[in-house]
Amino acid sequence: MKFPSKRKPVTEASQTFTFTRRAMVVGGLQGAIGAMLIGRMGWISVAENEHYTALSESNRVNLTLIPPRRGWILDRHGRPLANNRTDFRVDLIPQRMVDADGTIRHLAQLLSLESDEVDRIRDELEKSAGFRPVQVADKLTYDQFAAVSVRLPDLPGVAPSQGFSRYYPAGATVGHLLGYVGAATAEEYKERKDPLLITPGFKVGKDGLEKAFDRHLTGKPGAKRVEVTARGKIVRELTTRPDTPGRSIKLTIDAGLQEYAGRRLATQSGAVVVLDCQNGDVLAMASMPSFDPNSFSDGISHLEWNMLSQDDHVPLRNKTLQGLYPPGSTVKPMVALALLEAGVGPQETISCGGAIRVGNTLFHCHKRRGHGPLNMRGAIAQSCDIYFYQMAQRIGMDRIANMAHRVGMGQRFDLPFPSQSYGTVPDPAWKERKYNQKWQVYDTVNATIGQGYMLINPLQMAVMAARLATGRQLMPNFLFGAPRPDPALVGASEDHLVIIRDAMSAVVNGGGTGGAARMNIPNVLIAGKTGTAQVRRITMAERAGGVRGNSSLAFKLRDHALFQGFAPFDKPRYAVGCIIEHGGHLIRNEDAPMIASDTLSYLFDPERAMEKLVTLEKGWGGTPAERQNRQMAAFRMAEAIRKGEVPPPEAADASNAANATEAANASVPLPEDGNDAADAP
Amino acid sequence: MSIVPQPLTQFPWRVLALLLAIAGFGTIVLYSSAGGSIFPWAANQAVRFCIFTVMALVLSRIPVEVFARYTFPAYGAVLVALVLVELIGGVRGGSQRWINLGFMQLQPSEFMKPIIVLTVARFYALLPVGEIRRWNAIWPALVLIGLPWALVLVQPDLGTATMIAAGGVTVMFLAGLPLRLFIGSGLTVAAAIPIAFSFLHDYQQKRVLIFLDPESDPLGAGYHISQSKIAIGSGGIWGKGFLQGTQSHLDYLPEGHTDFVFATMAEEWGLLGGVLMIGAFLLLFRWGLRVSMRTQDKFARMAAAGLTTTIFFYVAINLMMVMGLAPVVGIPLPFMSYGGSSMLTVMLCIGIIMAIDRSGRRQRRPGNWA
Repeated sequence: MKFPSKRKPVTEASQTFTFTRRAMVVGGLQGAIGAMLIGRMGWISVAENEHYTALSESNRVNLTLIPPRRGWILDRHGRPLANNRTDFRVDLIPQRMVDADGTIRHLAQLLSLESDEVDRIRDELEKSAGFRPVQVADKLTYDQFAAVSVRLPDLPGVAPSQGFSRYYPAGATVGHLLGYVGAATAEEYKERKDPLLITPGFKVGKDGLEKAFDRHLTGKPGAKRVEVTARGKIVRELTTRPDTPGRSIKLTIDAGLQEYAGRRLATQSGAVVVLDCQNGDVLAMASMPSFDPNSFSDGISHLEWNMLSQDDHVPLRNKTLQGLYPPGSTVKPMVALALLEAGVGPQETISCGGAIRVGNTLFHCHKRRGHGPLNMRGAIAQSCDIYFYQMAQRIGMDRIANMAHRVGMGQRFDLPFPSQSYGTVPDPAWKERKYNQKWQVYDTVNATIGQGYMLINPLQMAVMAARLATGRQLMPNFLFGAPRPDPALVGASEDHLVIIRDAMSAVVNGGGTGGAARMNIPNVLIAGKTGTAQVRRITMAERAGGVRGNSSLAFKLRDHALFQGFAPFDKPRYAVGCIIEHGGHLIRNEDAPMIASDTLSYLFDPERAMEKLVTLEKGWGGTPAERQNRQMAAFRMAEAIRKGEVPPPEAADASNAANATEAANASVPLPEDGNDAADAP
Repeated sequence: MSIVPQPLTQFPWRVLALLLAIAGFGTIVLYSSAGGSIFPWAANQAVRFCIFTVMALVLSRIPVEVFARYTFPAYGAVLVALVLVELIGGVRGGSQRWINLGFMQLQPSEFMKPIIVLTVARFYALLPVGEIRRWNAIWPALVLIGLPWALVLVQPDLGTATMIAAGGVTVMFLAGLPLRLFIGSGLTVAAAIPIAFSFLHDYQQKRVLIFLDPESDPLGAGYHISQSKIAIGSGGIWGKGFLQGTQSHLDYLPEGHTDFVFATMAEEWGLLGGVLMIGAFLLLFRWGLRVSMRTQDKFARMAAAGLTTTIFFYVAINLMMVMGLAPVVGIPLPFMSYGGSSMLTVMLCIGIIMAIDRSGRRQRRPGNWA
């Protein structure tokens, strides 16, 4: 085969010439490629130098954020309500883990973790987004910390660190007030993209004041720059910038009073709020039982969470702000003030015969035989329903509702808490709007004794007490020294207020229904008003056969016990509101009047108040922390038996364990004094 | 006429100095790459360089005719070895490239790189002058290239196969085949690339795709290229300084002492080091091509130019790879990358070119050897 050739024939000489020429072409190409390579290298190392230098630096330097110490939360006297403790902790970085099961087993053994803790870690690992650290344990001893640290090469993904953890000296008693802190959620991180949020050991405020003042309390993180190899081994530390701790906040809360109030609520499900009558400062706001914010801040275990959410004393609800209760008879002084304003004379009497008919319904007084003739002071002191039924009908609901609003009922306060239920003050317009029904006389009758549609939260009740005491529309406040305008006046004349204060003093000191609230402080008389709020309907049939006593009812059906008041009655300094959920006035020393009164007495004579509390607590099974620990142990045992992990040793023991749960709660109080129970409707 | 004795002036001082400079620099880079230690790499590499230099000088004393005579037998022997590799060779890293001889690991494909050049050169040297424009001038060469190419490709070793083909084709070009053949087949190859791509192994396809877009997988298969570019780019004009490279010392740069040694060098010596190195290599190629152009013998001149181009392909493919211009194919940088096989091959090439140089000079008048 032959290629078609138009050229001259190839000779030895022409081939040599071709070779030389082509060799030069090859040489030229080599030179060109060499030049291109130099050009390329120049482009990368000169033009893009900055870009690649940055990448090289980000390879080499690992920036570790040092979580800033959280600002302290102080009480009005500068005592810490929340501070920071140095602790050794261990976290897991899910992304870097190789053998999750093996690692957790190893850690559980090294740190002797409880099985419910292990469950929590597994759980959080599953839910974790990979970058978010999962806490294994904190508050470790140095030995435990060292034991983990030396085994790090075998435990990829385990990050021991030394840092600070939040500490609440008063434990559960400040749970709902301060809230708690915890690791940021994946959503929060997605929203803010702040790398601080996924730094092990960094916590954000999750509830209460910790959440409301989170930005204020969060400082600026420090940073540690270290040189690391591709395998993550630290070669050396480059620079360290210390963190800037967050700013502290000073609250109006009195730490001692707050803890006292929480403990004084005993085994009950209840709330106490104490206000300063001078300016509305909140001195204490306790809701019990509560979670311990210390254990929440560490990452709460499954078991503890289950126990808290199953408890019928609802420790997870902040009753002071989110609990709404019918105010019961505690509204009577407010209604009386409305009556005075409407021109009802304080000496006008009504004769109580035990019941009156309104429309076709028979309305009873709490005293079946009736009180006989009563003026306003007597009606408030004895909490006579008939007096208020009659008088309220005379002036109408609108005037009462107007007064109710002025003393703070149904009012939403501007407070640093994420959620707040502010209740209802019903009036004809409201009913029309809400139910599209006409207001009936029996609605007025119900409302005057704080039943029916009327709802209030414990903070509002304390505000009502403070406003009745001072005649000024005080606003609750949590920040110490916060500037605020002078409060508006309630609009009641001083004469009328004196009458109300005197009548409220008679409730406690004048043979009224609140005798249990009498305070043993010289020259200080407490004024107040008791209340009982039904949570069930009493049928005619039941009434005919005798109303069932609270002690025979299930916990959830018992009446709420309430008390609002202030002291001293003639020169009001402090106001209090107290609600005992389903208390049913069963135990005198765990009833609202005495709890409120003892709490106020702490402000006048802390030592004696404390002495009394310590004595009482012996009967309740110790401090809230001790009771909760016992409850936790019992719950853990009951849970283990239920799962079959632990065989019930003996049937009797098992039921003991189950009972212990309740006993620690003392949700089955013993009816100890029938007379006293009837004493405070 | 010089007063220096002829054997001394005939000794290839200049090229040896050039090689010593490149290899010396390579040893310094390996010293840094080991974190400032002559072990485990720098010392080995230096010793190896000395041994292979002696080998090259011995080769340079052998007359070119001897190479010519043994070219075809050597080709046959290596081809048989390649078949053996396919049958009994050891598998490492997904490829079957080695024969274990007991005392050493033999990689026959490495030897095929210079031998294919010699073989094709030998073929065209034997081809009568008039036949060069005929079909007979083409198909035997294609078969000679195609057999080892295919055997190496199925190992699979894309880089070596490419170099074998490129070396052979370069000699075909130098032999004076019609230019349009190269242009035409160049276009055909360009058109066939997509089809060829589909026949590649998964890992090869991946390498090609990641080469096209290394940032798509910076922590996976694109890691090599990304880190290499970071090392070169962060070096800047003057480099980070000797022993100051972070990419290599902190292990971010993979294969920093073998295939990616250039990146290790560039990080510490910057653009300056890179330009000097590329310049040194270009001087080496210039020497090789000059030798070939001075030579009258057809086999010898084609062999010299072809072998020079083989060394060039090592350098060019490796540098393009580390700079992100070519896929990661595992071609080392001569004299710089740690490893014996490639240095042996390159020194074989150098030795043969020196032999050609010596023979050529003997035929001409003495003294003019540069």
